[in-house]
Amino acid sequence: MPTATCRCGETIVDDRWEKLDEIIEKHRAKQGALIPILHEAQELFGCLSEDVQLKVAHALGISPAEVYGVATFYSFFTLKPRGKHKIAVCLGTACYVRGASELVRALKEELGVEVNGTTKDGRFTLEVVRCLGACGLAPVMMIGDNVYGRVKPEKIPEILKEYQ
Amino acid sequence: MGVLYRAHVLVCGGAGCVSSGCRAVQEALKSELAKQGLDKEIKVVETGCMGSCDLGPVMVVYPEGVFYRKVRPEDARDIVQEHLLKGRPVERLLYHTSQREIIQQMEDIDFFAKQRKVVLRNCGIIDPEDITEYIARDGYEALARVLTEMTPEEVIDVVKKSGLRGRGGAGFPTGLKWEFCAKATGRPKYVVCNADEGDPGAFMDRSVLEGDPHSVIEAMAIAGRAIGSNQGFVYVRAEYPLAIQRLKHAIAQAYDYGLLGKDIFGTGFDFDLEIRVGAGAFVCGEETALLASIEGKRGMPRPRPPFPANEGLWGKPTLINNVETYANIPPIILNGWEWFAGIGTEKSKGTKVFALAGKIANTGLVEVPMGTTLREIVYDIGGGILGGKKFKAAQTGGPSGGCIPAEHLDTPMEYDTLVKLGAMMGSGGLIVMDEGTCMVDIAKFFLQFTQDESCGKCIPCREGTRAMLDILTRITEGRGREGDIELLEHLGTTIKDTALCGLGQTAPNPVLSTIRYFRHEYEAHIREKRCPAGVCAALVHYEILQDKCKRCGLCRRSCPVDAIEETTEAELVAAGVGAAGADMQAAGASQGAISQPASSPKRKPLFINQERCIKCGVCMRECRFQAINRC
Amino acid sequence: MAKVKLTIDGREIEAEQGSTVLEAARQAGIDIPTLCYHPAVGPSGACRVCVVEVERAKTLVASCVYPVAEGLVVKTNSARVRNARKTVVELLISTHPQDCLCCDRNGRCELQALANRLGIRTERFRAQKPQREPDASSVSIYRDQNKCVLCGRCVTMCRDIQGVGAISFAYRGQRTLISPSFEHGVGEVECVNCGQCTKVCPVGAIVEKDETGAVWDALDNPGLTVVVQVAPAVRAALGEEFGMAPGTSVTGKLVRALHMLGFDAVFDTQFSADLTIMEEGHEFLSRLKSGGKLPLLTSCSPGWIKYCETFHPEFLDNISTCKSPQQMMGAVIKSYYAKAKGLKPENIFSVSVMPCTAKKYEARRPEMRASGVQDVDAVLTTRELAKMIRMAGIDFANLEDDDFDSPLGESSGAGTIFGVTGGVMEAALRSVYEIVTKKPLADLEFTQVRGFEGVREAEIAMGSTRVKVAIVHGLGNAGRFLAGLRPGDSPYHFVEVMACPGGCIMGGGQPLSLEQDVAEKRASVLYQEDRNKAVRKSHENIAVRRLYDEFLGKPGSELAHKLLHTTYGERARARVEEARRQAVIGAAGA
Ligand SMILES: Cc1cc2nc3c(=O)[nH]c(=O)nc-3n(C[C@H](O)[C@H](O)[C@H](O)COP(=O)(O)O)c2cc1C
Ligand code: SF4
Ligand code: SF4
Ligand code: SF4
Ligand code: SF4
Ligand code: SF4
Ligand code: SF4
Ligand code: SF4
Ligand code: SF4
Ligand code: FES
Ligand code: FES
Ligand code: FES
Repeated sequence: MPTATCRCGETIVDDRWEKLDEIIEKHRAKQGALIPILHEAQELFGCLSEDVQLKVAHALGISPAEVYGVATFYSFFTLKPRGKHKIAVCLGTACYVRGASELVRALKEELGVEVNGTTKDGRFTLEVVRCLGACGLAPVMMIGDNVYGRVKPEKIPEILKEYQ
Repeated sequence: MGVLYRAHVLVCGGAGCVSSGCRAVQEALKSELAKQGLDKEIKVVETGCMGSCDLGPVMVVYPEGVFYRKVRPEDARDIVQEHLLKGRPVERLLYHTSQREIIQQMEDIDFFAKQRKVVLRNCGIIDPEDITEYIARDGYEALARVLTEMTPEEVIDVVKKSGLRGRGGAGFPTGLKWEFCAKATGRPKYVVCNADEGDPGAFMDRSVLEGDPHSVIEAMAIAGRAIGSNQGFVYVRAEYPLAIQRLKHAIAQAYDYGLLGKDIFGTGFDFDLEIRVGAGAFVCGEETALLASIEGKRGMPRPRPPFPANEGLWGKPTLINNVETYANIPPIILNGWEWFAGIGTEKSKGTKVFALAGKIANTGLVEVPMGTTLREIVYDIGGGILGGKKFKAAQTGGPSGGCIPAEHLDTPMEYDTLVKLGAMMGSGGLIVMDEGTCMVDIAKFFLQFTQDESCGKCIPCREGTRAMLDILTRITEGRGREGDIELLEHLGTTIKDTALCGLGQTAPNPVLSTIRYFRHEYEAHIREKRCPAGVCAALVHYEILQDKCKRCGLCRRSCPVDAIEETTEAELVAAGVGAAGADMQAAGASQGAISQPASSPKRKPLFINQERCIKCGVCMRECRFQAINRC
Repeated sequence: MAKVKLTIDGREIEAEQGSTVLEAARQAGIDIPTLCYHPAVGPSGACRVCVVEVERAKTLVASCVYPVAEGLVVKTNSARVRNARKTVVELLISTHPQDCLCCDRNGRCELQALANRLGIRTERFRAQKPQREPDASSVSIYRDQNKCVLCGRCVTMCRDIQGVGAISFAYRGQRTLISPSFEHGVGEVECVNCGQCTKVCPVGAIVEKDETGAVWDALDNPGLTVVVQVAPAVRAALGEEFGMAPGTSVTGKLVRALHMLGFDAVFDTQFSADLTIMEEGHEFLSRLKSGGKLPLLTSCSPGWIKYCETFHPEFLDNISTCKSPQQMMGAVIKSYYAKAKGLKPENIFSVSVMPCTAKKYEARRPEMRASGVQDVDAVLTTRELAKMIRMAGIDFANLEDDDFDSPLGESSGAGTIFGVTGGVMEAALRSVYEIVTKKPLADLEFTQVRGFEGVREAEIAMGSTRVKVAIVHGLGNAGRFLAGLRPGDSPYHFVEVMACPGGCIMGGGQPLSLEQDVAEKRASVLYQEDRNKAVRKSHENIAVRRLYDEFLGKPGSELAHKLLHTTYGERARARVEEARRQAVIGAAGA
C-alpha cells in the first residue's frame, strides 16, 4: 500500500489505489469496461488525474491517449478536482425560457467564478448542465444532490448559505 | 396489492416531486400514521411521476382518488387526522382551477381527464420498487405469452401490424426494424434500449424508468425473443441517478423472479440485461454514437450503412429502440395490434407522451393519442399560457426540431405533419413560448447547444454550427448585416444536406424554422437594431418613464455605473456625447419629456445615460413605481 | 466477386459488390474530391468533401463510405453537390491559419489543392480560433495543431495500423484536437517515431522534424568534411518528388545531386547493409549452434526497436545486437574512413538520407557514439533531400548519372533489397545458405519471402537443417505476431520485422502518395536493381571483405562488437508507481 510521510511526521496510507485495482478487476471481464471504470474511479478520487487514467489504460491494455480521448470527450468526466459542492444550473430549454441564464449570471457574480470555475476557497464549482429532467420546475439548479426548483436569482445568497 | 389495507396513499416519488421535497412529506405521513396507529391499515406507496410535476409534491389517496398538490410535511397531520380518520378531504390542498373551482378527484382535473395512458399506464399508480405491483397489473404476462404461445415471427408480425413507430425521434416503423434484426445473420445479437434522453426539456423516458421500469425490462426480453438475442443493454444518462437506481433494483427483482436470466418461464429462453451509464454527451443519443459509447469509446457517430441492425455493438446485429417505444410493447402484445392501431391517426398510431414545459400554466408529462392538436395540448391540458400572456410558438423536437407558430395551433401532432411544418416530433419535448420570448435568441440558444454537443467529427457540423452561431451572435448583438438571413439559410440547408449524423443534419432546424415563421424578428434585429421581445441584452435599453417617476432617486443610488443622471438627453446631444444613445431612444425619451412630471418639481428629472448603462436591470428591479421601462 | 451495375453521372458503370461509390467513380475516370480518405488508412466519412447525390437518399452521402448497389443512380457534379462541397471546404478553412507561404506543405498540401480545385476565392466565414503552440518535443516529427483538419488519418494510422496509439482525438466539438495522452508532447509519450502519421497527414499539421538547416550549415562550413550515406529505399522513390512516375529508379541522379550539393563523399547505406548481413548472419548461426535465444529478431528498423522496447520488452533478448545499417555506416565512417583519410571524428559531419523519421531518433540514442562522438550527425528524409535539391536549383529529372564514392559505396544486390519488406530476410538467407551448406545457391530469389502480406512465413532447407523464417511488417502486425509467440519457445528461427507497412520503401520519410499500388512500384525498383547487380550476395561484396581484412578482423570480432553492435533497454510506458507516490505526498501536503 503506498504510504507517505506527512510533514507532521505521521504516516499516511492511501488505499484508494487498491480500491481502484478492485474496481478494475470487477469490470475487466466485460466488454467496453472503460467507461464504467472511469465512472467509479472518478467517484473514488474526485477526478480523473493523469495517474488514474494511466493506471486504467495499462490495466485494460488501451493506449493512454485513447483513455484521455474518452475522458475529455464526455462532460461528466473531470480532469481537475472540483469544489466541495458542485452547483449545476440547468440550461436546458425549459429552464432557459424561464430565465436560467439570469441564474448563471447571478451565481457567477455571487461566487466570483466563471462557468466550470471553482471558488478560491474550494467550496463551490459552478457548472451548467442540459436538463435535469425536472423541467416542470424550471428554472432548476442542483447543489450536490439537492435539486432546487423555481429558483429566483435573488434567492441565491440565501441558498448558498446552507452550504457554508 | 394490499388486500389488507383499507386505503393507499400514493405519494409521487418522481424526480420533480423529489426536488419539491416529497421525501419529507412521505416521512411525515408515515410517522403521523404510526402515531395514530393506522400504519397497519393504510399504506404509503412511493410511485413514479404522476405528470403534474409543477404541482409537486403531489399525492393521491385511494380508494376515493382524492388528489392533493403542493403538500408540505406540516400538512401530514391534517391529511391523516381529517381525511384518513374522519373522511374529510383537506380542502386547502385540493386542486384549484384558474376559475378558483375546487376539484377533488384526480380524473376530474382537465390536465388528467384529457389524457390517454398507454405508456404511462402504471406511472404514478404502482410502486416501481415492488415487482409484485407490476405483476398485479398484468406485468410480464405479455412476455409469458410471447414465450409460450407465440413464435418470434408472430411477435414481429403483431408489432408490425400495430403500426408502432420509434419514439426516439425519427419515427422509424418498429416492427420493420425488429424484422431486419431478426433476419441479420451475425451472432450473437444484442438488444439495446436508448435511455439517453438528451433533448433538454424532455423527461418522459426518465419518468417511465422511474415509475414503471419493469415495462421496459419486459419489452426488451420480448424483443430479445423476437430477434434471437440473449443480451440486452440499457444506456441511461448519468444525469438520471434515480432512474438508474430504480432500474437497477427492478432488474435485480426480475432476476429473482426468474423473469431475467436463464430459462425464463422454463421455456429455455435466456435473457440478460445490463445497465450502462452515459457520461454527459448529447450525441450519444444518436444510435451509432451510443453503441460506440457502450463499447467504451468516444461517442462519435459513424456513417450508416451498415446499420446497427446488421452491424451494431462489436459489429454484431443490434436492435436499438427508445424507452417509450419499448413501453408500448407489452400492451400491444396483450391487447392485440388492432387495439393499438385503433388509437391515433392513419400514419401515427398509438399515443405520445409530451413533456410540457416553458411558459405554460401546467407543466408536466401528458400522454395523448397521436393526432391531438397542439391547441388541445396547450390550452385544454396545459391550461394555457402562464400569466395569461399570448401564445407565440411551441418548440417541438428540441434542438433538432422547430417551432410551430400560433397560426398552426390546430395542427394535429403526428410525425409527418410536424415535419411538413419544419418541426419534428423528436422525443416529445414541447416547450411553449410566449410573446416575451425572442425567436432569434431561442434559435441562438439551440445552436449554442448543438455546437457544444457536436462531436466534432465532421466539418459541416463542427465548423458549420460555429459559423451559424457566429452570425446569430452578431445579429443579437446588433452587428447583424444585410444578407445574414440568407447566409444562415444557405448554411443551414448545406449543413442539413452534408452532416454525417442526425445531430448535424437537424441542428439548423431551429434556425430555419424561426426564420420561416419569424423572419420579421430577424429583420428587426438586423435593420432596426431592435429586439421586439426585449430579450437580447445588447439591443434593449432602459428608460425612465417621466410620467410615472416620483424622482425618489433610488434607481440612481443603486445603479452600479452611475448611469442615471440629471442631464437630459438634449443636453447630452448638445454637448456632443451620447448621440447614438439619444438617437436610439429618441421616441421613448421625447414621449417622457412631454408628459407631466408626476412628482415634486423641486427635484430635477432623471435620465439614463445610454452610453454608460450596462443594462444590468438593477434600476428597474429597484424602482417601486414601475417607472423604468425596458424595451 | 459479384458485380453490380450502377449509374454515375448518366453513365452505366459496373463495380464490384462491396466497393464504394468513390472507388467505382474513380475507376470510371470520375475524380470525386476527398480529404479524410486515404487509401492507406481507409475511409471514415468524416470530412464530407466527397459528398454526392444519390437518388432517393434524403441527404447527400459521402461517396468514400457509401457502398455501391444494383441500380444506384449517382450524381457527382450537380449544382447541389458542387455548392455543398465548396461550402464545406470554405467552412473548414474559415479558421485555418493563413500560413501557406511558410508552411512545410506549401505546394503539396491537399487542402490547398482542394480549395483551389473547388474554386474558393472568397472567405465568407472567417473566424479566429485560439492558437496552440506547435509541438516540437520529438526529434522525428513536428506537430502544428493549428493546421490540423481533424481528418483522423494519423489516429487510424498510429492506433489501428501501427498499433501504437500514441495520439488520439481529444475533447469534442469545437475543441476537438489530436493529442498524445494528457496533451504531452509526442516526444514524451510512447510514440515510436515511425513517421507514418506524417505520410498520411493531408496538410502541414504533422511533418518530419526538419534538419536541412543543420546540413546546409555543415556544407557551408569549410572546417568540416561532410559525408553522406543514402539508404536503398531513397532511390526507389525520390524521383516522385520531381514529377517522375512511381517506380522510376534514380540512383545515378541521386548521387550526382548529392555531389552537386557539395558533399565531400557520397556513400551507400547498402554497403553497410551488406555489413549487417555479415554480422547478423554470424550472430544467427552462432545462436543456432550454441542454442542461443531464438527466434532471432532483426534489428535494422529503429521504429520497430523502440516499439519492442516499449511494448514487448520480453523479446529484447531475441533482437539481434546488430546496429542498423545507418549506424554501422556511421560508426565505420568516423573510425575506419576517418583513419584512412587522416581525419578526426569530430571534424567529420556525417549525414544520412533515409526513408525514415525513426532514424533521426536512432542517431541520437546515447548508445550510438561508438566513435566517441555522435556517429551520425544529421538525418534527412527523402522528402527533406528533395527540398534541398529544389532549393539548390538542381534540375533533378535531367541529371546525368554518377557513381558512389569508394570505399563505402560498393554494394551487393542483397544490400539493395533491404529497403523492402522481406528484403533483409532474403539477403540474409542468400549468405546464410551458402555458409551453412558451403554450396553456391542455384536460385538467388527467395520469392516465398516476397510480397506484401502482413505476416509471411517460409521454411528453407539448408542441408540437413530446416530454417523456419517469418517476415512481419507494420507494427500492428508485429504486435499481433508477438502476442502469439513466447520468447524462448517458438517455431521460428529467424524473423524479420519492419516498422513500416511495406518496409522502408514506404517509410515515414518517403514522398507522400495517394496511389494505391505505390509500394509495389517502389519495390520493383529495388528488385530490378538487385537483378542488374554483378554481385548479389553480401558476403561477396569486395569492399566489405576489405573492411574486415584491413580493420575489423572477422564478423563478431571484438572491434566489430564495439563498433557494430548495441544494446537495448526496456522503456517505461508510464510512470504510474512514481506518480502514485507523488500523489500521496501531494495529498499529505494539502
Ligand atoms: C443527436 C441525436 C440524439 C438522439 N437522442 C436520442 C435520445 O436521447 N433518445 C432516443 O431514444 N433516441 C435518440 N435519438 C434517436 C436514435 O438515434 C435512434 O433513432 C432511436 O433510439 C431509435 O429508437 P426508436 O426507433 O425506438 O425511436 C437521437 C438521434 C440523434 C441524431
Ligand atoms: S453531425 Fe455533428 S455530431 Fe454528427 S458526426 Fe458530424 S460532428 Fe459529430
Ligand atoms: S426609482 Fe423609479 S421612481 Fe425613483 S427615481 Fe428611479 S425611476 Fe423614478
Ligand atoms: S440598467 Fe443598470 S446600468 Fe443601466 S441605468 Fe439601470 S442600473 Fe444603471
Ligand atoms: S497546411 Fe496547407 S493550407 Fe494550411 S497553411 Fe499549410 S499549405 Fe496552407
Ligand atoms: S498564391 Fe496568391 S496569396 Fe499566395 S503568394 Fe501567390 S498571389 Fe500571394
Ligand atoms: S510517428 Fe508513428 S508512433 Fe509516432 S505518432 Fe506518428 S504514427 Fe504514431
Ligand atoms: S494531424 Fe493531420 S492527419 Fe492527423 S487529423 Fe490532423 S490533419 Fe488529419
Ligand atoms: S521500416 Fe524502414 S523506414 Fe520504417 S522505421 Fe523501420 S527503418 Fe525506418
Ligand atoms: S430544462 Fe431544466 S430541468 Fe429540463
Ligand atoms: S415528479 Fe411528481 S408529478 Fe412529476
Ligand atoms: S473523403 Fe469521404 S468523407 Fe472525407
